[in-house]
Amino acid sequence: MIEMNQTVQTASAELGNSIRTGSGKSFDRRARLRWANSAFRIACIAAAAFVCLVLFGILFLMFRTGVLTFQEVSFAEFFFSADWDPENGKYGALLFIFGTVALTALTLLISVPFSVLIAVFLAEVTPKWLRNLLRPVLDLLVGIPSVVYGYLGLTVLIPWLRDMTGKDLADGLLAAAIVLTIMVLPTISRVSDDAISAVPKKYRDASYALGSNRFQTIFRVVLPASSRGIVYAVILGMARAIGETMAVVMVIGNTAQIADSLFTPTAVLTSNIVMQISSVEFDSTWNYALYMMGFLLLVISLIMIVAVRFLQKRGVRES
Amino acid sequence: MNESTRSEAPYSFGKRNSSSALYDRIFTGLVWGIGILVILFIVGLLFMLLKNGLPKLTWDFLYSIPSEIEEGGGIGPALFNSFYLLAISLIISIPIGLAAGIYLAEFAPNNKLIDFVRICVEGLSSVPSIIFGLFGIALFVEMFQIGLTILGGAISLAFLNLPMLTRITEESIRAVPVEMKNASFALGSTHLQTIRRVLIPVALNGLITGICLTAGRAFGESAVIILTAGVTTSGVMWDFNLFSPGETLAVHLWYVQSEAIVPDAQEIAQKATSVLIFIVLLINIVFRVPLWLNSRKTKS
Repeated sequence: MIEMNQTVQTASAELGNSIRTGSGKSFDRRARLRWANSAFRIACIAAAAFVCLVLFGILFLMFRTGVLTFQEVSFAEFFFSADWDPENGKYGALLFIFGTVALTALTLLISVPFSVLIAVFLAEVTPKWLRNLLRPVLDLLVGIPSVVYGYLGLTVLIPWLRDMTGKDLADGLLAAAIVLTIMVLPTISRVSDDAISAVPKKYRDASYALGSNRFQTIFRVVLPASSRGIVYAVILGMARAIGETMAVVMVIGNTAQIADSLFTPTAVLTSNIVMQISSVEFDSTWNYALYMMGFLLLVISLIMIVAVRFLQKRGVRES
Repeated sequence: MNESTRSEAPYSFGKRNSSSALYDRIFTGLVWGIGILVILFIVGLLFMLLKNGLPKLTWDFLYSIPSEIEEGGGIGPALFNSFYLLAISLIISIPIGLAAGIYLAEFAPNNKLIDFVRICVEGLSSVPSIIFGLFGIALFVEMFQIGLTILGGAISLAFLNLPMLTRITEESIRAVPVEMKNASFALGSTHLQTIRRVLIPVALNGLITGICLTAGRAFGESAVIILTAGVTTSGVMWDFNLFSPGETLAVHLWYVQSEAIVPDAQEIAQKATSVLIFIVLLINIVFRVPLWLNSRKTKS
């Protein structure tokens, strides 16, 4: 692709030269324009190629470093043992994988109903002035740094949970899930809101004309029609929840034990990486195991993007 | 709507109608209640953070050196590093992101390869930020052996920004009406001239909004910075050296809250949080308010 364009460029440059030697100033300008054009084009191609290169560079480096784990640790131990004790040569990552899956599931369980209700509220129920006020507010909330949410969880939520439950420690899955819910809620609501608003007005008119009221219209017509967009929003929120680091690390407790209750201090893939990476040697199995965990995260998030892509494509084909 | 309800309809019309009307009312109430409450709850929490921190702020806090042991440390170098890192990362990522977005919107043929490039861009934008941190460590600390530096942090942050900028550029350039493009070609401009004089100025609103979103996100990003630029500063104000450690404000907040041993950590964290929220909101609002006003004017 790039080579082909280079030949085009040299060809046009030769053409420009021959014309320039043959006649006056105006052709000179034309050659210059043509040169700028193709140079710009090539710069753009190079930039696009660079973006792909970054992704593959990341995939390659993560995989190459991560796969070294299995020199010393068996495949089965890494994935199916929950015994994480690197000082004594135990590298079972199951508890982190379980933590990530459980945390994401719990977050979605809390955040999806709320987000969809808020999306319905924004798209269907509110008067126009309130909608114009609330949409920008939600957009701003999307931009709040995650470390702020973590701070919020640590200083407000955890003392509050401690009072509510009467336990000494409230760090754990529930606290992390609530913090993540507050974080992903604006994202899921706004994207679902856009999906609901994109449902054509004639669908609603038809439903009302058949005598349904608003409740029936929303649940039988609008939500089914926008379900694909809502699933897209949920996957986006999920991707954010799985990859979130700082907000989780401040409230999850960071203890390498499998979470058997909502209030057991535990750890997830991201929090474990960030807590331990700076204290290990690069050329150690411990570090390789951390990279392997990062590679897992990377693969999960890429799979989700392919799923989103697939949903979008089917949506386009049907409409 | 099955057969039985339809056949009963004439007899039970009034009753069914009233019960579904009741549902409708309950549902409307529920939606109003939850919508308002949840949004107010989140906004209230952030407002509380701002209220706890902003009144205690002093100029001294904003530009004095943080201390490890005694009270009264400031956030000066961290605040400066935040802006410095953000600026370097944007200088690197904006040209590349814009060019890649322009390529995808304007030059790219419609084939499998370009579909694949688009998946790459989307895939890169979904990569968790901590992965960029690990990548930064493998690249800068291990391969180039320069340790935890501002340069490494800024480049890792630039990689994080790239896919967002690419997508936003592509979307805003695509949103330009094709008539404008055709008119420019009809006047004899080359493709480059069309892009420079027509497409980019028309798409400028979208581009600025996108760059602000990206900048706001990068300003508050902490996982990448912890891994690639470290949790310490060089301890000197206005340190432009690219190879000194570059703790940013967001990282400092985390550090003070969970690792520091200074007695007034609580207060420093409160103030740092409010500064962080304030600046992120400012980055988001200042550039976008004119655009909102503008779009409202053109719509009505």
